[in-house]
Parts: sequence; C-alpha cells; structure tokens
Amino acid sequence: MATAHAPNASEYVSHHLGHLTNVQQASLVDWSVIHLDTMFYSLALGLLAVFVMARAAKRATSGVPGRFQAAVEIMVEMVADQAKGIVHSAESRKFVAPVALTVFIWIFLMNAMDLLPVDMLPALAGLVGINYMRVVPTADLNAALGMSLAVLVMCLYYNIKIKGFGGWMHELFTAPFGNHFLLYPINFAMQIIEFVAKTVSHGMRLFGNMYAGELIFMLIALMGAAWAGTWGSGLLWVGHIFAGTVWAIFHILIITLQAFIFMMLTLVYIGQAHESH
Amino acid sequence: MNLNATLFAQFVVFFILAWFTMKFVWPPIMKALDERASKIADGLAAADRAKTDLALAERRATDELRKARESANELRGGAERQGAQILDEARAEANRIIAAARTAAEGEAEVAAQRAREALRDQVALLAVAGAEQILRKEINPAAHAELLNQLKAEL
Repeated sequence: MATAHAPNASEYVSHHLGHLTNVQQASLVDWSVIHLDTMFYSLALGLLAVFVMARAAKRATSGVPGRFQAAVEIMVEMVADQAKGIVHSAESRKFVAPVALTVFIWIFLMNAMDLLPVDMLPALAGLVGINYMRVVPTADLNAALGMSLAVLVMCLYYNIKIKGFGGWMHELFTAPFGNHFLLYPINFAMQIIEFVAKTVSHGMRLFGNMYAGELIFMLIALMGAAWAGTWGSGLLWVGHIFAGTVWAIFHILIITLQAFIFMMLTLVYIGQAHESH
Repeated sequence: MNLNATLFAQFVVFFILAWFTMKFVWPPIMKALDERASKIADGLAAADRAKTDLALAERRATDELRKARESANELRGGAERQGAQILDEARAEANRIIAAARTAAEGEAEVAAQRAREALRDQVALLAVAGAEQILRKEINPAAHAELLNQLKAEL
C-alpha cells in the first residue's frame, strides 16, 4: 500500500477493484485503455493451460496411461463427448471441440485465481511499486465479453459456412415467424436481439459470478481486518475464518460450474449455427 | 465495469489459444485414445478367438486320444491272435516231426530186425547143416540133398 494511513472499508474495496491500466479510464467506454493486470493473468494462465496440455499430448501413448495423461484424457473425452452430442458436424468439431476444451481449462484456471487470498498477489505487487492489481481476469467484464464475442464470431462464421450467405440471410428474415414480407422486419429484429442477448448474457453470466465472488471475498477479508483487540472485533475475526472457509469451498463449485457453463454454451451456440430454424 | 481495448485483446488471445489447442493438443490425444480403443477391441477379439481355439484343440486332443487307444487295442488283439496262430503252427510242426521220426525209427528197427533174422536164419541153416554133416558125414551128398537142405532153410 502506498498510502500512509490504513484504508477504511470503502477505500479498501474500491482500491481492490481498481485495475492496473496504461492510463486512467475516465469514461465508461474508452478503447485506448487496456487492463494490464487482466491481460497478464489471462495470458499467463492461458499459456500455462495450453502448454501443460501440449506436454500431455506430446507424451500421449496408446499404451497404459500415466496419471497425468489419464487426467488430461478424462477432460478431453468429456469435452469430445459433449461436442459430439451438440455439434453434428465432424468437420466443424475439428475446431469447435478444441475451442471448447481450451475455454473450459482456461476459464477454470482464471476463475481459480479467486481462491488465492485476495490480498496476497496485490500486496506482493505493491512491494515492487504496482499499486493496483486485479488477479481474477474473468471478474473483468472485458475478458468475459471478449470471449463471448469470439464465440459470436464463430457462430456467424459457421452460420455462413453451413447455410451459405444467402441461406443465412433467408433464415435471418424468415425465422422464427415465417416467410411473409410483412414479417421480415420483425424476424430480423428478433434474430438480432437473439444474437445480442446470447452474447451479452454469455459474457455477463461469467463476469457477474466471478465479480460477485471476488467482492464477497473482499468483504470477508474486511471482517478479519477489523481485528482491534476488542471482543466484537475478535468475533468478526472468527467470522472471517468461518465465512472464508465456507465461501472458498462453495467457490470451488462455482468456478468449475461457470467454466463448464461457458464451455457448454459455446458448444450450444455453435451447434445452433449448424441447425436451420 | 468499463469497456476498453482489453476486450479485443482477450478476443485475439482466445483464438490464438484455441488454434494452438487444435493444432498441438487435440489431435495427439485423440489419436492416442482411438488407438487404445482399437487395441483393446483387438485384444478382446483375440481373447475370444483364443477361447474357441482352445475348445477346438481340446476336442481334437480327446479325439486323437480315443483313436490311439482304439488302434492300440486293435494292435494288441492282432498280435495275440498272431501269436496263438504261430504257437499252433509250431505245435503241429513239432508233432509232425515227432511222428516222422518215430516212423523212420520204426522202419529202421524193422529192417534191422529183418536183417538180423535173415542172418540168424543163415547161421542156423549153416549150423544145422554143419550138425547134420557131423552126423551124416558120409551119407549125405550135398549136391544130391541140396533140395532138401533148401526146404529146411525155408522152414526155419
């Protein structure tokens, strides 16, 4: 902490919610700003994920697998089975299934950063003069929406690839209500709303869960920080241990579930792009 | 809660990581999984085949055993029959040889007895003549009485 005095609760929370950026962001949307902390952690975890998997893939044998290989194989088979059930095109699955696997492991690792003590990495960074740091990339709306936007682009690509541009246009204007020139604008509006809603909810769901989880970890940390030698503050300190344990254990479920949901929705949306209405 | 360029950076990273996984992670693992599945299938098929082969071989072995026992029995029966036959033949041969020997011996004895009898007859005749000579020294003319002497010899 660079500040001389101990921060009060709202200062503590808002400080923790500040990103490490190149320039301070003034408006709600500013494309010249980039969150260095989010980029660093998401890249580092993404590279970790793919290199660990590549290591397993390089040493994969068809003989008796070791534990590490078996663990990777379990995940790969799980994703492959899900992809096979949802995306009915072997050609598309060659890319879509690896995407789903990457998304699952990458998001799981990014979510898992939430389980580190909230103050640990920011405090360490503070020692070398970095005063703002968010360590959970998925609790950054940009990261979550960036990924859901990538899924949207894949949906559009497969829509055009499978149905042809004309076929997709036809579907945009005639589904879901029917082929009548009076219905064209309504159909088109519905389709656009559907795409936007899918993408925004896809990203927002992940972001909301992780952001809220992080916020609650901060509030729990505040209870422990209230320790001041009195009975009341002592109870809060005990509350920190109790609530922190419960929330962390519950969070193991949440981080896995959110990674799984994001992966499944990725497959479902891309699968929908393969099917005609 | 602000939107900024991080979004697009994340967008690009997403595709780079996905491409990497598609290129270097997914194919080898799927290949290993498929190969193992086919290996296991082959192994199970081989086990099934081995089981039927074993049953077949066992049946063939019992067949061979039974056949061998039968032929051994047959052989023994044949050998016994042949042995008995040889024994019978040998016995008949021996009997035949003994009979022949006996016949020959009997014949020889007969001849010898005949010869002895004739020699004896000669001797007796001579003896009788000699006796008669002694008695009738002068009266008897051997030439005149030859017929009488021969008649006597035949009667002996």
